[in-house]
Amino acid sequence: MQFDFQQNFFQMFGLPECFKLDGTVLEQNFLTLQSQVHPDKFAHLPESERRLSLQWATRVNEAYQTLRKPVDRARYLLKLRDVDTQEETNTAMPADFLMQQMEWREAIDEARHAGSLDDLDALEARVQHEAKALLQQLEASLDQAHDYPAAAGVVRKLRFFEKLSEEVASAYDELDH
Amino acid sequence: MALLQISEPGLSTAPHQHRLAIGIDLGTTNSLVATVRNGISAVLNDSEGRALLPSVVRYHADGGVQVGDAAQSAQSEDPVNTIVSVKRFMGRGLKDVADVMSLPYRFVDEPGMLKLRTVAGVKSPVEISAEILKSLRERAEQALGGELVGAVITVPAYFDDAQRQATKDAARLAGLNVLRLLNEPTAAAIAYGLDNAAEGIYAVYDLGGGTFDISILRLSRGVFEVLAANGDSALGGDDFDHRIYCWLLEKNGLSALGAQDTRLLLTRARAAKEELTDRSETRIAAVLGSGEVIDTVLTRQDFQEMTQNLVARTIQPLRRALRDAGLTVDEVKGVVMVGGATRMPQVQRAVADFFKQTPLTNLDPDKVVALGAAIQANVLAGNRGGDEWLLLDVCPLSLGIETMGGLTEKIIPRNSTIPTARAQDFTTFKDGQTAMSIHVVQGERELVSDCRSLARFELRGIPPMVAGAARIRVTYQIDADGLLSVSAREQTSGVESHIVVKPSYGLSDAEITQMLQDSTQYARDDMLARALREQQVEAGQLLEAVQSALDQDGADLLGEDERARIATVMHRVREAMQGSDHQAIKKAVTQLNEATVQFAQARMDRNVARALTGHRIADLDR
Repeated sequence: MQFDFQQNFFQMFGLPECFKLDGTVLEQNFLTLQSQVHPDKFAHLPESERRLSLQWATRVNEAYQTLRKPVDRARYLLKLRDVDTQEETNTAMPADFLMQQMEWREAIDEARHAGSLDDLDALEARVQHEAKALLQQLEASLDQAHDYPAAAGVVRKLRFFEKLSEEVASAYDELDH
Repeated sequence: MALLQISEPGLSTAPHQHRLAIGIDLGTTNSLVATVRNGISAVLNDSEGRALLPSVVRYHADGGVQVGDAAQSAQSEDPVNTIVSVKRFMGRGLKDVADVMSLPYRFVDEPGMLKLRTVAGVKSPVEISAEILKSLRERAEQALGGELVGAVITVPAYFDDAQRQATKDAARLAGLNVLRLLNEPTAAAIAYGLDNAAEGIYAVYDLGGGTFDISILRLSRGVFEVLAANGDSALGGDDFDHRIYCWLLEKNGLSALGAQDTRLLLTRARAAKEELTDRSETRIAAVLGSGEVIDTVLTRQDFQEMTQNLVARTIQPLRRALRDAGLTVDEVKGVVMVGGATRMPQVQRAVADFFKQTPLTNLDPDKVVALGAAIQANVLAGNRGGDEWLLLDVCPLSLGIETMGGLTEKIIPRNSTIPTARAQDFTTFKDGQTAMSIHVVQGERELVSDCRSLARFELRGIPPMVAGAARIRVTYQIDADGLLSVSAREQTSGVESHIVVKPSYGLSDAEITQMLQDSTQYARDDMLARALREQQVEAGQLLEAVQSALDQDGADLLGEDERARIATVMHRVREAMQGSDHQAIKKAVTQLNEATVQFAQARMDRNVARALTGHRIADLDR
């Protein structure tokens, strides 16, 4: 087996190309790879090897981060299948979904203005709960039904949840100040 | 098990001499140097047995420089030319220094980084820090009796790119080969981890003289993984001194003191702070230049009240770091205290309250960072210890780019494991636009004006197209020192522009060379001799590494032609090493590097393949 820049991230860690993934194996293989290529292992070696090590270690980190986060992993899988998730172009979402998103945003704003950490905690838990249900749908359409357009639709929904999480995080940051 | 028997790629297996490497804690108040001898990390003392070198530099009119205790004792007498806590000015502009009015220096405001006017001329914080590093380098060379291969220099985890770059420049100026910039809390964790064989989630609370860091780490089976770092690079023990100083002014109805009196009272304030660690009250007495006598009693109670909000300011970053790591307080197994300022009882109590446990203080909080840095330096220098470990650190601050309307678009989010690279595509705003200005910023805020500006550069020569048609890919790369380089490339035409982010005021290579030449310690002959020695050492190491690689893999991975070609270039290096022209050696070394790039790549591929194969077998075993 050759390890090169053409390899996809799943191949890099010796994992099957599917959404469901054994986090422990991913982590172990990540650490094994990093302990081979990390710049600390090359600090005393000539410039050319140090440069290679930097490139490798960067690539391994990128691969690990991508596979570790479920939504990124789904995006990546779909990209491997040449399916565009159309997150920038396809904005047609069900009305009730958008309504729900708006309500959540308002709730975050309210918690922010009220300066209530408890409200934020509760909101974050609800947002995470909903996102989890979507991740289960994602697994079903990617690994069982192999319905990639449907999976792309779920990813588009999860994109909204990523934005929500960012808003929650920035609200927390603001309350800390 | 197969897993344990995989050899490291590129590492020489030939036995070699122990390479001398040091770890330096370049602190705000004190600096230290440590090294690993006979497998044990120890701080190197000066000729009088002192471990801590006060980070104080005094300049004399004749160009002479004093560093450490001698300089410190002159603080009150010659405050303008005696620079203390210079670390607070590294990579900072005048507007970044909050208490500039109460400092006794003659500041020179320069774009980017301020400078200080002394009796020996205008000095940059980089030059002043270099004096401290030089002093430690000499201490180490004397103690170890040989040429140093390199040094690990620690920096606060929360240092931004400008502060890191300034630190690296200072080390180069001091004639040190920087093996790595290492985050202080991570260095402390290394010292603790190896001594105590700790496993689990640990928090490192590092309150130094001028900086505050919090790092959340996971320690497991020889892996130090930093999960999140946060902090405040303008908060430290100095601020506690300053509170006492302000209290003294108020209490005695004083205002607008001269430089000498200011320094005198700050020194008394620091002594009072230290006394209050063990006592419930302390007396502060001083005679000012005007003859006015100050004689006041400060109680611990009052001290704690006046510094309450400083302590509180360290708690916010703790919360943020835990949240970034996705952890709760209950999951933290231990809290390590680092930095002399953590001796203050109110700090220990606040940390204990927050984490609901007594913090660990069994290693000397002043020494633990240097000890960890030395352990890491030993490994980076290529001395194989019995224990092998892997250190995975993060960048503490997000890196972004300015987009339309002065908004920040984050490209690398904070707490990404380094080294890392991220690319993002941007496009043109106007029809026929042929250039694009790239503004690199660091920080968490939405508005560019609230973030730190690192660099600006332009991508020129974009072929004229309608607005929005060009595809400009901007790539940010952070290396293992946490330093950034940025490149931009127009995708359809291949027009490219690349910079290593030298913050706008950063020193160019030419400036550093110039400073080295100007420095009285480096007469020209010395410099040439040094350059020659360095090149000889580097060439020798390279030959050793290449030979060992050839012995291992040359026969399998290279054809006869290829081996002959490498042998020719190796011969050229050996010849050049006999001569006294360091440029010629450098040229031959570069040629050898170039000749072995493909070989190195092939070896790396093979080793990684081996590693993964090994892993698969291991997986089957389970």
